[in-house]
Amino acid sequence: MRLVKTEAPPAASPLEVSGVTAAYGSEPVLWDVSFRVPEGQLVAVVGPNGAGKTTLLKVVMGLMEPAAGRATVFGKPFSKARQLVGYVPQRGSVDWDFPTDALDVVQMGLYGKLGWFRRPGRREREKAMECLEKVGMAEFAGRQISQLSGGQQQRIFLARALAQEARLYLTDEPFAGVDYKTEQAIVELLRDLKAAGGTVVVVHHDLATVPDYFDRVVILNRRLVAEGPVEEVFTRENVSDAYGGAVSYLAGAE
Amino acid sequence: MSPDLIVVVTAVLVAVPCALLGTFLVLRQMSMMGDAISHAVLPGIVVAFFLSESLGPITSLLGAGAFGLLTAALVEALKNTGRVKEDASIGIVFTALFALGVFLISRFASDVHLDLQHVLYGEIAFSPLNALIVGSVNLGPRSFWTMGIVTAMALVVVLLLYKELKIATFDAGLAAAVGLSPALVHYLLMGAVSVTTVGAFDSVGAVLVVAFLIAPPATAYLLTDKLARMLALSTLLGVASAVLGYYLAASMDVAIAGMMAVVAGGFFSLALLLSPSRGLVANSLRHRRNRRSFSRKLLLARLEALGNRTTEAELCENLGWEAGRVSRALADALRGGLVLKPAAGEVTLTRKGREAATGPQAPVR
Amino acid sequence: MEPLRDLLFDYTIRNVALGSAVLGTVGGALGSFAVLRRQGLLGDALAHATLPGVCVAFMLTGSKSPAILLLGAALSAGLGALFILAVVGGTRIKQDAALGIVLSVFFGAGIVLLTFIAGSGDAGQSGLDRFIFGQAATIVRADVVTMGLLAAAAVVLLALFFKEFKLLSFDPAFAASLGFPVRALNVLLTALIVVAVVVGIQAVGVVLMAAMLITPAAAARQWTDRLSVMVSLSAAFGAASGVCGALISASGSNLPTGPLIVLVATGVLVVSLLLGRRHGFVWAWLAGRRNRREVLGRGGAS
Repeated sequence: MRLVKTEAPPAASPLEVSGVTAAYGSEPVLWDVSFRVPEGQLVAVVGPNGAGKTTLLKVVMGLMEPAAGRATVFGKPFSKARQLVGYVPQRGSVDWDFPTDALDVVQMGLYGKLGWFRRPGRREREKAMECLEKVGMAEFAGRQISQLSGGQQQRIFLARALAQEARLYLTDEPFAGVDYKTEQAIVELLRDLKAAGGTVVVVHHDLATVPDYFDRVVILNRRLVAEGPVEEVFTRENVSDAYGGAVSYLAGAE
Repeated sequence: MSPDLIVVVTAVLVAVPCALLGTFLVLRQMSMMGDAISHAVLPGIVVAFFLSESLGPITSLLGAGAFGLLTAALVEALKNTGRVKEDASIGIVFTALFALGVFLISRFASDVHLDLQHVLYGEIAFSPLNALIVGSVNLGPRSFWTMGIVTAMALVVVLLLYKELKIATFDAGLAAAVGLSPALVHYLLMGAVSVTTVGAFDSVGAVLVVAFLIAPPATAYLLTDKLARMLALSTLLGVASAVLGYYLAASMDVAIAGMMAVVAGGFFSLALLLSPSRGLVANSLRHRRNRRSFSRKLLLARLEALGNRTTEAELCENLGWEAGRVSRALADALRGGLVLKPAAGEVTLTRKGREAATGPQAPVR
Repeated sequence: MEPLRDLLFDYTIRNVALGSAVLGTVGGALGSFAVLRRQGLLGDALAHATLPGVCVAFMLTGSKSPAILLLGAALSAGLGALFILAVVGGTRIKQDAALGIVLSVFFGAGIVLLTFIAGSGDAGQSGLDRFIFGQAATIVRADVVTMGLLAAAAVVLLALFFKEFKLLSFDPAFAASLGFPVRALNVLLTALIVVAVVVGIQAVGVVLMAAMLITPAAAARQWTDRLSVMVSLSAAFGAASGVCGALISASGSNLPTGPLIVLVATGVLVVSLLLGRRHGFVWAWLAGRRNRREVLGRGGAS
């Protein structure tokens, strides 16, 4: 299967992963994974624990050197396109006891554009406030972050990504440990981002909600099991291929 | 008994209980509690020093040791307020108690024999001069008695409670499930460490006892995977550090206890570099070997995917590797008879190479 | 009134107080980051690791000038930090044991070198042993100038990179995604902590230096939920402890400066734990009592 390069290159995809193999030591975590995310879609990345979902994000963001292959964002390596990307890490990855408030955390989303040495000023505060309003958290702006519920903390993180004014959003388990109401609010927010022309990639673990929430799905278990529109590839066969059979909690995925 | 021998035996009697108890500190990731306790017992030692006329040696040992338990309890309490994290709690408690001890010594004991250097690195060289005299009978060096008792205590704790310590260290959940209180084991260990650091204080001081507590067990941890073997090995390493350290220090006329710590650190550094299973050298060799075989495996798989025949340039492009890495991996595969180069720049898989590429280990799962 | 007059007019005491204030300020400011990043005990290990560097610097140059000794101290602490990194990164030995080994073995090496320099088994003869416990009383003009310059450089860098250090400490993964060089920032912050340690060891000594990093910062945290306020407050607490400790120690004989500074700082912490604005035990207790009374009052009325 040789690639024939005659056609004009298509518009650069928000996220293209080609032939990525990544390993810790000699233990491969991702093996020859390739897929392309079209613009303006809500994409879930699913797979069992240890399937390489977080590693994939690391490779995409240049935090981990792949053993082979490459990932590009809008046709460029991440380091050349990071102003187009908003990132939402796992909520559990930070110390919520840190002495800072909600508004301050959201302002951190603007640090990249501010660059070295410049302090956030009034403009940044106003911008951050706007983002807090968008996620319905304006009244908590001055609240110390440990005084927020898990769902509220997650919304702060989303507001911070909004402040980045990105075209591609990478979010790592945004629904982990939030209640049903917050989950719906977050989904609503992700849909707004999509409606505004953004592309959202979500590392996700709740298979049951995939068909409701997402347009496309990447099913991963170290190698790529399937990738495409949810209705086409989110089949019992593909999912049990990734999860190794026992997926009784998979409802409505026919 | 010659003074040399008295010093060496005293050092060995310090090394053995430290190695035994330190093994559990290292495995439970509480090494810095050992450091904290060894400092925090100072006020207890000062008080015991003033009262030693009225208190017997064992009472002083236990009384001063109580400050070690107090440290453990204070750290726990401070952490449990939720207002200070554990590492900061340790730092706060031990520095405060140690400062109190130094203050007491400077204020009230500056004219008696309990000076500040002594506090930090001990005066093991004086152990032959300090005999335990009961009535008018000379019972031999005092350090033998103190550290003999401490060593016996550590042996009893570790031998009698071997099973309990083991469970509580490796599986606190299971320990609780079988009715073994993790808190009890914790405080027992802390208490034993306290008494040991108090006993070792005269000989090696507050800081260098940490070298005896932590370095030999950490060294042993780099060399073995079995708890019993780790205990034995760290005891052996502790004793070797003590003996070797003494003779080195004596030959150079430098601080004895300091040299013992340096030797213990030297053993650790050797194991760190050269341990056959976990040393840095072995690790980096293994890493390089793995990387090479992984590169080869990847190359073969990609060649297979590209239809068994391609060019070096295309491989570079496809793998996203630099030319150097591709040609190194190719040379490697050529040597193994896995690929052929039918023409300059072209590459194809041999039959052996095709088998390797599609073989059972190549793709994952 | 006596100590206050001395502070203004006595040359020695002024130097001692000034030196202690400088050390308290820089220790408090950088200690805030050390505490938030759970690196307080790293400061402890690195402080102990300075001792052999002081000795080697003296052995090589024969000089006791503060700049040279402190350079040796910083290099040796840096070596200790690298050793910890290699052990934790390359083996299964955890951070706590790596800290314990560096702390005790480097200190042991320092003691050996001290006795070697003194040419006898007694480390007390070289005059370098003041680094062990710190002797604020021996601080002279040249020391204060060196400490002040180092501290000023550290504080300026801290101010310049404040936003980056905040982000690094709170959410390193996000910082990396924004393109900040996380590793380099880590090295810089650790280097600044080493500077704080080096500034402090002459006054409080290697053993108690950890307190100057940890205790004021933990106290400051009780009063505020803003990082910038915490850093300033911690610096102020550190400086106040330094000056108070130095003055108390100057007011009588046989009162060692280092331990007194640490005891004052611990006192500040205890008060902060009890009275701290948002977390204080006293407020929590009063609020609990008020609630109980209200509940009881309502119970009685119905």
